[in-house]
Amino acid sequence: MSARSFAVFCAVLAVVGLLGFGLLSKGGASVDVGDPVPEGPLPRLDGNGTGTVADYRGRWVLVNFWASWCDPCREESPALQRFHQRHRDQHFTVLGIDTRDLSVDGRAFVERYGLTYPQLRDGDGERARDFGTTGVPESFLVDPQGRLALLRRGPVDERYLERYVAPLLEGERAQG
Amino acid sequence: MRRASALILALAATLALAVSSTPAQERASLTDIEDEVMCPICGTLLELSEAPQAARERVFIRRLIAEGRTKEQIKDALVADYGSEVLASPEGSGFDLAAYLVPIAAFIVAAAAVLVAVTRWRRRTTPAAADAAAPSGEDAERLESDLARYDL
Repeated sequence: MSARSFAVFCAVLAVVGLLGFGLLSKGGASVDVGDPVPEGPLPRLDGNGTGTVADYRGRWVLVNFWASWCDPCREESPALQRFHQRHRDQHFTVLGIDTRDLSVDGRAFVERYGLTYPQLRDGDGERARDFGTTGVPESFLVDPQGRLALLRRGPVDERYLERYVAPLLEGERAQG
Repeated sequence: MRRASALILALAATLALAVSSTPAQERASLTDIEDEVMCPICGTLLELSEAPQAARERVFIRRLIAEGRTKEQIKDALVADYGSEVLASPEGSGFDLAAYLVPIAAFIVAAAAVLVAVTRWRRRTTPAAADAAAPSGEDAERLESDLARYDL
């Protein structure tokens, strides 16, 4: 191989490598049922430290991605709050993740809808990408071992929660 | 001596004026900021977006302007909430640095390629031009006869 061909080869390799790195670093992942869910820490919405899904290992966690500017998120919030209240003694919690939102708006949303379940912040949307979300709201039910058990793209309501989520919690209680 | 003092004073006054009018200290405006930040969920410049998130972002910016924050302070506040992806221009670090380095490298490579090509082209064309200027042998005889025939 001549020096000229080698230089051209190196230049092409550099361009392809750069493009590949760019695609890989920006590309979204996704989580399938049975997969472990991303567990890196996120800041709490109220500004007091950080939290992670792993904090709730040993419990069922319904991870709910939402944003204050999203109308369906407003509609589903009361149902999530009621479901959380009804089942929080069954080794279960809803974990809200406010994504791509202004923290001040997120806090106002939590106060307005009286949400008492824990809330984290995902300002740049990186965690939402790690979960493979396609928008908001989306909910991911994580089992006590930290694996995805169920996912819902779009808003949830009482009917959905009682029909699909509650039986899994009941099953866990029966086994326990 | 007096002239030198006056010159120093004038220079200091000009410098003070320049520092006091740096962009960071100018009063911020929504239109000035809108074309430098993104609507993160839409993936477009804020000024081009009519999404609900963009509307909330504008309210946030207007509120900070009303509080008297500078443009840079407002952009910092947006980065604190949305991360660096909210900035329309990439940061000068990490992979984003490529956005600045690749065009420079491409320009240098293109300039070098043009230089090499021009040098080679000149090398190729110079001997041919010399030959054309002074024909020899059969060509010279034919030229002479043609010139004589047409009485040029």
